[in-house]
Amino acid sequence: MTNECECKCACGGTAAGSNAAKAPRVSTQLTLTDRIGAIKVRWGIGRMSYRVVPGLYAVGDPQAESPVLVSANYKMSFDRLRRVLSGRNAWILVLDTDGVNVWCSAGKGTFGTEEIVRRVQLCAVDRVVSHRTLVVPQLGAPGVSAHEVRRRCGFRVEYGPVRAEDLPAFLDAGMKATPGMRRVRFGLRDRIVLIPVELVTGAKYALLLSAVFLLLGGLGAGGYSLAGIRTTGVEGAALVLGAFLGGGILGPILLPWLPGRAFSVKGAVLGLVFAAGPGIYSLLGNGLATSWLHAATWLALAPALTSFVVMNFTGASTFTSLSGVQREMRYALPMQAAFAVIGLGFWLSGLFVA
Amino acid sequence: MRYLESAVTLEFLPERCVGCGMCAKVCPHEVFRIENKRAVLADRGACMECGACAKNCEHEAISVRAGVGCAAAVLNGMVAGTEPTCDCSGNSSCCG
Repeated sequence: MTNECECKCACGGTAAGSNAAKAPRVSTQLTLTDRIGAIKVRWGIGRMSYRVVPGLYAVGDPQAESPVLVSANYKMSFDRLRRVLSGRNAWILVLDTDGVNVWCSAGKGTFGTEEIVRRVQLCAVDRVVSHRTLVVPQLGAPGVSAHEVRRRCGFRVEYGPVRAEDLPAFLDAGMKATPGMRRVRFGLRDRIVLIPVELVTGAKYALLLSAVFLLLGGLGAGGYSLAGIRTTGVEGAALVLGAFLGGGILGPILLPWLPGRAFSVKGAVLGLVFAAGPGIYSLLGNGLATSWLHAATWLALAPALTSFVVMNFTGASTFTSLSGVQREMRYALPMQAAFAVIGLGFWLSGLFVA
Repeated sequence: MRYLESAVTLEFLPERCVGCGMCAKVCPHEVFRIENKRAVLADRGACMECGACAKNCEHEAISVRAGVGCAAAVLNGMVAGTEPTCDCSGNSSCCG
């Protein structure tokens, strides 16, 4: 079921009439493999192969009057949906969204009017059910134009709740959502689950940068030395990795409590707090010039790095706007670059002052 | 949690509104509210420019420059010299 197939619908293509019998029946119980798959996806492993064949699926023993619930062919979206349908009869219409979740694919338009109309026709949904209603997840709305869908294939789009967990209550209430069901939340748990993939995505850059610091650490007034790598190099690499991990882990967790609205500001504040400890420690250390350079390095580099890392979390957040991010980046990017260069300058100077 | 409010591009033309309620229904941040059978822009600053309201307004009473509030997408666009683009074919975190 994880193999993508462009050519046909899982329901058996356009063989009208017999679709109901042909729709694969899916379980509402997730297997161990499903759960392991979800964990792997959270860590960015095989993320894009976590797909479902688009088409019509049956949950329980659906009849002509059973609801049709629309989903994306990202297996995590699909699994969430089928899991909450335990003990119910329903149809699931899986759209082809290139294996991307509902909200993101709606933003790109792949979860959209065009694909709904196409999939409804491919799977001959009008012959499978007697009603003319599609329940579309609310977060699909950025890509779907309900009135266009109705005009083009005769199906009325009823926007369901934001979270699949609220779907049973929504269906039981006669497809009425409470205001709470319509709001997107971004609680601690929602933020924490996003941390792993953020780290995996940024890891190669962070490791590359820390390797550069490690190697540069060998430089010194007396030439290149292994001792320099072991001391200054390791310290520099640790600074980079520490700032990356700190921004990537604590940024999302502390997001609501970090000052400022711009994510880059929140990140910079976090970096300053990190750097304060080692900075003060360096100032108290021996060798006045080196200590000052050390402290200045930490105080410039750490905020630059954490600011950039946390700024990137805008993409995973649920409330940032494109205009806002563009405005933020106009001043944040030059500042981050400037502080990074200044910090690097202090660090390199430190190598030769000792 | 709220983001930079003054940057929001959302515009609403109340004279075109027929009170169908779709904008209030699709908005995940309760930007619109229905009062006396008409939509009102209740919290413009909370808009994240997803574009769901404009897309589902049959009477074109709403306009917004829709897009993803994603720094990585803006960077991608800068590098490629295009509009901001979310590279969701890769392991981009925005596709969780």
